[in-house]
Amino acid sequence: MSGPSTYEPKTGFTKWLDARLPIVRLGWDSFVDFPTPRNLNYWYTFGGILTVCLMIQIITGIVLAMHYVPHIDHAFASVQRIDRDVNYGWLIRSIHAVGASMFFLAVYMHIFRGLYYGSYKAPRELLWILGVVIYLLMMAAAFLGYVLPWGQMSYWGAMVITNLLGAFPLVGGPITEWLWGGFSVGNATLNRFFSLHYLIPFLIAGVVGLHIWALHVPGNNNPTGIEVKSNRDTLPFHPYYTSKDGFAIVLFMVIFAFFVFYWPDALGHSDNFIPADPLVTPALIVPEWYLLPFYAILRAVPDKLGGVLLMFGAIGILFVLPWLDTSKVRSMRYRPLARWFFGFFIVACLGLGWAGAELPDTPVPGLGAIGVDFLLLGRVLTIYYFAYFLVILPILGFVEKPSERPASIEESVLGSKSKPAPAAVPAE
Amino acid sequence: MTEAVENTGAHGQEPSRRDFIYIATGGALAVGGAFTIWPFIDQMNPAADTLALASTEVNIAELEEGQEITVIYRERPHFVRRRTAAEVEAARDVNIAALPDRDARNFNLGDGAPATDENRSAMTAEIAEGVEIEDALRASLLVTSANCTHLGCVPTEGAGDYGAWFCPCHGSHYDTSGRIRRGPAPENLSVPVMTFTSASVLRLG
Repeated sequence: MSGPSTYEPKTGFTKWLDARLPIVRLGWDSFVDFPTPRNLNYWYTFGGILTVCLMIQIITGIVLAMHYVPHIDHAFASVQRIDRDVNYGWLIRSIHAVGASMFFLAVYMHIFRGLYYGSYKAPRELLWILGVVIYLLMMAAAFLGYVLPWGQMSYWGAMVITNLLGAFPLVGGPITEWLWGGFSVGNATLNRFFSLHYLIPFLIAGVVGLHIWALHVPGNNNPTGIEVKSNRDTLPFHPYYTSKDGFAIVLFMVIFAFFVFYWPDALGHSDNFIPADPLVTPALIVPEWYLLPFYAILRAVPDKLGGVLLMFGAIGILFVLPWLDTSKVRSMRYRPLARWFFGFFIVACLGLGWAGAELPDTPVPGLGAIGVDFLLLGRVLTIYYFAYFLVILPILGFVEKPSERPASIEESVLGSKSKPAPAAVPAE
Repeated sequence: MTEAVENTGAHGQEPSRRDFIYIATGGALAVGGAFTIWPFIDQMNPAADTLALASTEVNIAELEEGQEITVIYRERPHFVRRRTAAEVEAARDVNIAALPDRDARNFNLGDGAPATDENRSAMTAEIAEGVEIEDALRASLLVTSANCTHLGCVPTEGAGDYGAWFCPCHGSHYDTSGRIRRGPAPENLSVPVMTFTSASVLRLG
């Protein structure tokens, strides 16, 4: 879709600049004149929302690093000082902590949208894979950041996650010691985690650049999953999508601000207000909400190495998804069977999150009478999670009969030319 | 590179000096690169001062029968437990062949020693010259790592199916010898290197 550039420098300075560093041209072609399918719905605004989230995390993070002390004797107190004494520290730390949750909320919306509309399919496989890389980096950054306040959950979360690597035979022991820089999670660990936590957002920003680059070669997918065929299928990015994205960002910020100002600690864990103590483990160790489904998958397997491999496999499988889905039809709007399985998949992900938050032996409310505890629930849903990618999507492509698709994006929005007074297409 | 060599240089002659410089530069870059990367990897390993903190002395004179204390050895918590006669009896009265982990996991013994209670207790500790210490006391003392071998949480004392330790994180049960009996943990709690340096001091490490 990236055709010849339509940018025309007008002033003497922009002409001079354009001949030397065509940066204005790049911005113009990418974000002003960029032809975008005219039927994008609000599920497509999360890319813009995520860009804002990343900027918020970087800006607030840089400020917090001015006041935070990465030492086991001072880290906890320095975070309390930010909350109590540093001017507006309470606000900036709250934005950063809530921002992490909001970032994941938006990225899950973005990922599920991609799954539903088949945005991972050719020719957008690399675009999707770069997205999974960003997601992985986000999880690493979130984990490292959660360790920094050096509360009980920070410490024991770091202990459990670093010990996961110890599950690998032979190399496991030396690798965990290398990661710790000592015999256990300690000051060396905290220092390096701080350094890496500061680094990763900039790596994310770099991969986001590649992600947008890879998006702008084939152009956006859209709710019909039909490729752009003519100019009539598209609108310029500005002002149509800058305003649509802008409106969605404002709505998102309302939710964001609600948590920042009225419920800043709701998404964290109360045990993290207790300073880290290597001698006492909290009764229930749970990760942040956005990692709970993977925690449930880890616990679903009785074997240590098996659980670790399955947990990493749950993310790794996303890398090969473009080749697992055999259907020729991109959007699930026209895949009557796949829609159902996709619905169950969302339920399974939410259920895994629930199972990850509870103790394995606890009976599931309503199902306890028939002997279903959260371990069993986690196991069943883990099987569905993997079956969705490894069995259902590969087979569906051969057995499913897709419903009729519109001839073009234009037709899906404005109706076909044979019908002069088209009925509006129901909004998604 | 091999192509350039086979094609005998830019002018259809023998391999030229340019080919040699090309290959030599590439080789130096690869080897030099590997040597340069290593310091940046190795800097993350435990530093010399960390490794120097390698031993801890425990005063066992005031340890009552049935009492347990937790000490820090090599940055990690360790249980030091003076077990009652009944607890030792229970630990000895176990079929080794039926254990999930049959290795003693005792650094005083090395790999392959069977996980009998004698092989796990302070009976395996070295005794410094001239120190006299009762066998009954040595047999009753149990020193193990306090980090669950599953994912490193600290097990709770006096809980679980075997009346010794229970890990609250993922439900591993340990017996009065610190051996894993049930749950996801793969190994027995490890026993550190120990020496009785006097009748009342046990040195770990």
